[in-house]
Amino acid sequence: MSMQAPTAPNIGTNPAALALAKRHRLRWWEPLPWLLAIGFYFAFPRYLGFGTEMLITILFAISLDLALGYAGIITLGHAAFFGAGAYTVGMLAKHGIWTEPITGLLLAAGVAGLIGLASGLVLLRTTGLTLLMLTICTMGLLEELANMGADYTGGFDGLDSLPIQPVFGLFEFDVLYSTTQYLYVLGVLLVCFVFVRTLVYSPFGHSLTGIRENTLRMHAVGAPVRRRLVVCYTISAALAGIAGALWAQANAYVNLSVLGIDRAATVLIVLVLGGYGRLYGAFVGAVVYMVLAHFLSRLYPSAWQLGLGLMLVAIALFARGGILGIGATLLRGRTEESGKGDVKGHGAP
Amino acid sequence: MPNAIELKGVSAGYGETVVLEDINLALAPGECVSVIGRNGVGKTTLLATIMGHTTLHKGDVLLSGKSLNRVPVYRRAAAGLGFVPQEREIFPSLSVRENLEVGARPGQWTQERMFELCPNLKERLDNRGNQLSGGEQQMLSIARALLTNPSVLLMDEPTEGLAPVIVEALTAVLVKLRRESGLSIVLVEQNSRVAFEFSDRCVVLDKGRAVYDGASATLRDDPERLAKIIGVSE
Repeated sequence: MSMQAPTAPNIGTNPAALALAKRHRLRWWEPLPWLLAIGFYFAFPRYLGFGTEMLITILFAISLDLALGYAGIITLGHAAFFGAGAYTVGMLAKHGIWTEPITGLLLAAGVAGLIGLASGLVLLRTTGLTLLMLTICTMGLLEELANMGADYTGGFDGLDSLPIQPVFGLFEFDVLYSTTQYLYVLGVLLVCFVFVRTLVYSPFGHSLTGIRENTLRMHAVGAPVRRRLVVCYTISAALAGIAGALWAQANAYVNLSVLGIDRAATVLIVLVLGGYGRLYGAFVGAVVYMVLAHFLSRLYPSAWQLGLGLMLVAIALFARGGILGIGATLLRGRTEESGKGDVKGHGAP
Repeated sequence: MPNAIELKGVSAGYGETVVLEDINLALAPGECVSVIGRNGVGKTTLLATIMGHTTLHKGDVLLSGKSLNRVPVYRRAAAGLGFVPQEREIFPSLSVRENLEVGARPGQWTQERMFELCPNLKERLDNRGNQLSGGEQQMLSIARALLTNPSVLLMDEPTEGLAPVIVEALTAVLVKLRRESGLSIVLVEQNSRVAFEFSDRCVVLDKGRAVYDGASATLRDDPERLAKIIGVSE
């Protein structure tokens, strides 16, 4: 005897289910951002510094998306890990200990990951506003530590003229012409993105979604919730550390701004703008935010943030899923028209 | 051989509030029991206490003879407790496949065996949780618990809110599960007909205490007594 309950239309005829079934596979448009990034390299050689900053912001936003968008860890202190990565590379290079860039990234990821692990073990015992405040406190503590340890960190002035070795011993970093930086950061972003994409579609990634949606239920199916959150937070911190290290290498300096609340808030805005818990929200948010910031600051140097603020208010009021959420809503409208399906929620592009 | 699950003099509740008082219940391996009673008598709290979601004030909860009193919820699940909650609580944005995989552990219950029990789920593997009907969501909730390969399965009112035809189909699945799985099952039900059909033994709760623990047939064949102790009849 088996159960044959009356059902909704099945996978064979339900377009929304078909779309869901395909979501783990590489979709036709997924190479598009990367092709655009390569196109940017050839089309805007004078803006490669700006492009490099944009790619780094994307990576930083992806790291935040893993913690906030997938696992539901509310944080406003992610710059702590960005700064930890940046200062790791900066201090090692400035004091002549380690100047090789790629292994420098790994060291930065290790340090940021360790700080993520240590703070996560304490912080993730809390939730909600308490957690939010503690993440800000952690960032503030690190910022003050960097400020006070002037002998090592350069204090308020930071560390400049960092001697970074050429990539693979061949391609030199040039602060004025960011050709090497751009391609180097693009390569690192691709590797990190593939890693994160694989992670969020793995059973571990699904368990993060489960924790975000129903923590009690995840406990009841035997998932060690706090341990998984700590692992996720550590990985997220390590990725943010890589983003920070790239920033320090690309600019050849590091200062207290990498640990500031401004940076933490900006990356959160980028993610909300693009759409969190969607992987590509970081791409869209970073591009829209930085391009708008660039042009608005040229048009209205004294009040450019007003335009961004208004747009953010509009997004918060009318499009909780960010810009990608608007796209998904339009797509859902079309799908429902043709097949009465439903593709809402996270996991959409 | 130790009991599959045993509650010894258990008093439990939420914080300072005591809901269950002096509960004694033991299930041998493979034994099934239905727990019935009116609303608010502590049926759900009983399962929540076994799972570790409540405050245990007194007594012991034992799984295969080992105390669970200080064991966190996720370790209880890993130790062999499977839980099907009242509200189903499937993960809406995960697909059926992902819902099944998220807590799966190796053991006698595999996805293939699950699909023999409920072929509908196989057809819906790539549907999102929130695209399923109520009956399918309930089956998914049961399947998700079974795939954790528990030794004891706790089910909280699985027929609640379902249409009569679905209740009938689901009851058949539950009976099949009882006969063939070898699991110890605690089924909390308000529908006494389903409860009596499911197991030979039943426990009646009233005001947080067990007021009857015996044969289902005795109550089934004595509607007056049934009405008297739980206030409802078949």
